[in-house]
Amino acid sequence: MKLSSGTIRLIIPAASLALLLAAVFYMQPRAMSYTGLNLLFNLAVPIALATIAQMLIMSVNDLDLSMGTFVSFCACVAATVLQNSPLLGVLIFIGAIAAYAGMGVLIHVRELPSIVVTLGMSFVWGGLAVLLLPSPGGTAPSWARAIMTAKPPLVPMAIVASILIAAVTHYIVMRSSFGVLMRGTGGNDRSVERAGWSVIGIRAATYALAGLFAILAGIALVGLTTSADANIALRYTLLSIAGVILGGGEFVGGKVSPIGAVIGALTLTLAGSFLSFMRISPDWQIGAQGAILIVVLALRLALNRLEKREKHQ
Amino acid sequence: MTIRMMLAASVAFACLGGTAFADTSSKKIALSNNYAGNSWRQAMLTSWDKITKEAVSKGVVAAADPFTTAENQATEQAAQIQNMILQGYDAIVINAASPTALNGAIKEACDAGITVVSFDGIVTEPCAWRIAVDFKAMGESQIDYLAKKLPKGGNLLEIRGLAGVSVDDEIHAGIEAGVKKNPQFKVVGSVNGDWAQDVAQRAVAGVLPSLPEVAAVVTQGGDGYGAAQAFAAAKRPTPTIVMGNREDELVWWKSQKDKNGYETMSVSIAPGVSTLAFWVAQQILDGKEVKKDLVVPFLRIDQDNLEANLKNTQKGGVANVEYSLEDAQKVITAK
Repeated sequence: MKLSSGTIRLIIPAASLALLLAAVFYMQPRAMSYTGLNLLFNLAVPIALATIAQMLIMSVNDLDLSMGTFVSFCACVAATVLQNSPLLGVLIFIGAIAAYAGMGVLIHVRELPSIVVTLGMSFVWGGLAVLLLPSPGGTAPSWARAIMTAKPPLVPMAIVASILIAAVTHYIVMRSSFGVLMRGTGGNDRSVERAGWSVIGIRAATYALAGLFAILAGIALVGLTTSADANIALRYTLLSIAGVILGGGEFVGGKVSPIGAVIGALTLTLAGSFLSFMRISPDWQIGAQGAILIVVLALRLALNRLEKREKHQ
Repeated sequence: MTIRMMLAASVAFACLGGTAFADTSSKKIALSNNYAGNSWRQAMLTSWDKITKEAVSKGVVAAADPFTTAENQATEQAAQIQNMILQGYDAIVINAASPTALNGAIKEACDAGITVVSFDGIVTEPCAWRIAVDFKAMGESQIDYLAKKLPKGGNLLEIRGLAGVSVDDEIHAGIEAGVKKNPQFKVVGSVNGDWAQDVAQRAVAGVLPSLPEVAAVVTQGGDGYGAAQAFAAAKRPTPTIVMGNREDELVWWKSQKDKNGYETMSVSIAPGVSTLAFWVAQQILDGKEVKKDLVVPFLRIDQDNLEANLKNTQKGGVANVEYSLEDAQKVITAK
């Protein structure tokens, strides 16, 4: 049986995750348990949500450099306003989603490069987060804490959440008609437009959906940490981009994979633990993390060749 | 050499004390550190290595491994702490990236029966111990010193640290309180020096032309040398600049002192506080009753002990003291 390139695209991230997991289990057998898996993966849940948000933006050929500061801002809102007056908190989140949609419209109408607009917005979100929480603090809403620390039978929460995120977004992006339009816009927006669709509407909706997932990431993060800090998620900008690419997505062409993105986020988190268990000195850790990324991307390059050959046949 | 003697003395002391070491010889302690990119943190890690290696070789504890996150981010440090739980450490000593954002991970550690001791960058989670510096008193002590040196008072320039960090707020609050107590002083300008000489120099140079005569500069450490350079470049008389124990600051102070009898003082937290945290963790593992909030004294250098401190400070480093078990016990029993 010959595998399609799409399946291989998913096999590589899955195989790297399995390989890393096996290595971690070998080095630290204690991790091979309910609590162990939860400890390994629970911080991957907000990263997975942020990666999905980034993936949505990337599916329309854009890049969001404000992801980290936006998730930080959402975490601050969740730990302060959403906790004290839930209604106002929800309103702020709705406003934030509207701002994301507006960003999509602006980028489309003025044909601005998304990295410039989102880079600018990152300062806005960062400033708002500092205004909201000038010094670290706040309290997580008890329901967010309850969800993130829930102990479902048999399978730890972190795994359940990851599967749930992957399933829901797979449905939205790969199965729904909106998902097809979104990816189509990334692939060739002119043909989507000629077919009678409003590309501006699609972009706005995609951005809004990305905003929603980023908000969920912020809430999930606060649920884990119990309180927030204006700089809490700055790393998520690059982690989310790396997660998408690691999971088989591409920067252009609307080629994305939600399941791959979740796997990518889990792999990145696990790579950190793996290096820490290996006792690699921190001076080398960033380099080692980079090396893992390069190895996976090299595999991807081979995959792209295969794909091309498939097309030629 | 003195450290070795101090340690030997502490071992002897502990043996006299009875069972102090017997119970922790199988325990493993980890250091979770969020940043290693400046001279203070490097000195902190070196001190940790020096003291804990001795302790491990003497069998006080089974292991004392330092871990530093690759990037100074709370989320990464939370993951690091969760890894330590998996690795089965008995105690985790933390210099935290955020006082609150690690609370979830620290709660997990406490629930797993792990002793958590935070120092310098402390955490608010109630189940953890805190070894804090009274930064407010540190700010106030600068004004107290100046009030004695300049009884007539005068204009002050304040160099603050990194905006949004709690340490900056606390030192600033101390300086504010000191000025309120000594109304002959007036803060005429305030800049952010980010605890770095180059940033401080730029910031001071930028604000100097708009300032009247400045009698003294109050600082937060790591910014005094830059301020001195800015004053010299603007050809203004050098005010009394409070230093922050960095080697370049002490060297500059020494050269001025030799040249024209320049007088000032220098104050900061000693990076060796990591070793104090280590001993406190060891004592808690040993079953000692330790209250959750401990205060560590800051390290102050004055005109007469400048040379001695400078001699013990590494090039590009920070004046330092390492703590012994005895020091830790003193801090624990102090009110």
